[in-house]
Amino acid sequence: MTIDWQAFTLYAATAALVGGFMIGLAAVWLAWTNGRIAGISGILGHLVELLVQQKREAFGWRIAFLLGLIGAPVLWTLVAALPASVQQTGSLGLVIGGLLVGVGTRYANGCTSGHGICGLSRFSLRSFVAVCSFMGSAVITVYVLRHLLGVTL
Amino acid sequence: MNRGLQWAAAALAGIVLGLGLILSGMANPAKVIGFLDIDGPWDPSLGLVMGGGLVVGSIGFAVLKKQNKTLLGEPLNLPASRKIDLRLILGSILFGIGWGITGICPGPGLVLLGAGIPEGLIYIVSLLAGMTLYSVIEKVRHRI
Repeated sequence: MTIDWQAFTLYAATAALVGGFMIGLAAVWLAWTNGRIAGISGILGHLVELLVQQKREAFGWRIAFLLGLIGAPVLWTLVAALPASVQQTGSLGLVIGGLLVGVGTRYANGCTSGHGICGLSRFSLRSFVAVCSFMGSAVITVYVLRHLLGVTL
Repeated sequence: MNRGLQWAAAALAGIVLGLGLILSGMANPAKVIGFLDIDGPWDPSLGLVMGGGLVVGSIGFAVLKKQNKTLLGEPLNLPASRKIDLRLILGSILFGIGWGITGICPGPGLVLLGAGIPEGLIYIVSLLAGMTLYSVIEKVRHRI
């Protein structure tokens, strides 16, 4: 394995670390103020549940949180141009990928934020198992698609 | 009164999370794939994102555990499940496959949507369809 020094520059490493601090801070802030886990798939999933099952649960904080998240890039552009976001798949890949992420995170009760940041921060063994499972399957998927099959969807 | 404060705090959490995702490179699928692709030239950046998040997170959650209530004095509503079962593992594997195909997980998907990137819209609509599928399957299963 070789390190991609063109992508992993000092600037990129610093931005990654500071960005990581902010992500942790946001998760801690939501827990301190609302007593809730900042898990994106759980928050979205509960809103869907509300529509499908008519379960009456608190959704005000969920809407506020999602609006903040969706509004973040808009706020960013008030100060600076957004950094490059290079897409890796066409419509087919996005549809298949989105469906798998939707179903999978609901069965797993969490994604990169809920299990990855919040769960591991709370030293949850359950979240550790989840993170190993999705990290492992993501690495294998990339390897199979890009190196064995040589396709992008 | 408390509720309004809570909602404002939740919105702020969403904003800080979104800005963090943009700054860190998580909202750039090429960067995410560069981390997941261990056979190509490897970009360790996302390990630093995770590490940074966990340093702040583990301190913050440890303090919270001690206080055992929110800053507004209300009870916590944190997940208590410790169950490690097939549902958790298979669900996570499915999520990982979708993440590996697109390089987008749910939070960055919403950021891309907010940035007006068409791929973000297709991804989030599909994600919501997948979540609806889950809810419908579970609803039917409980009736049988």
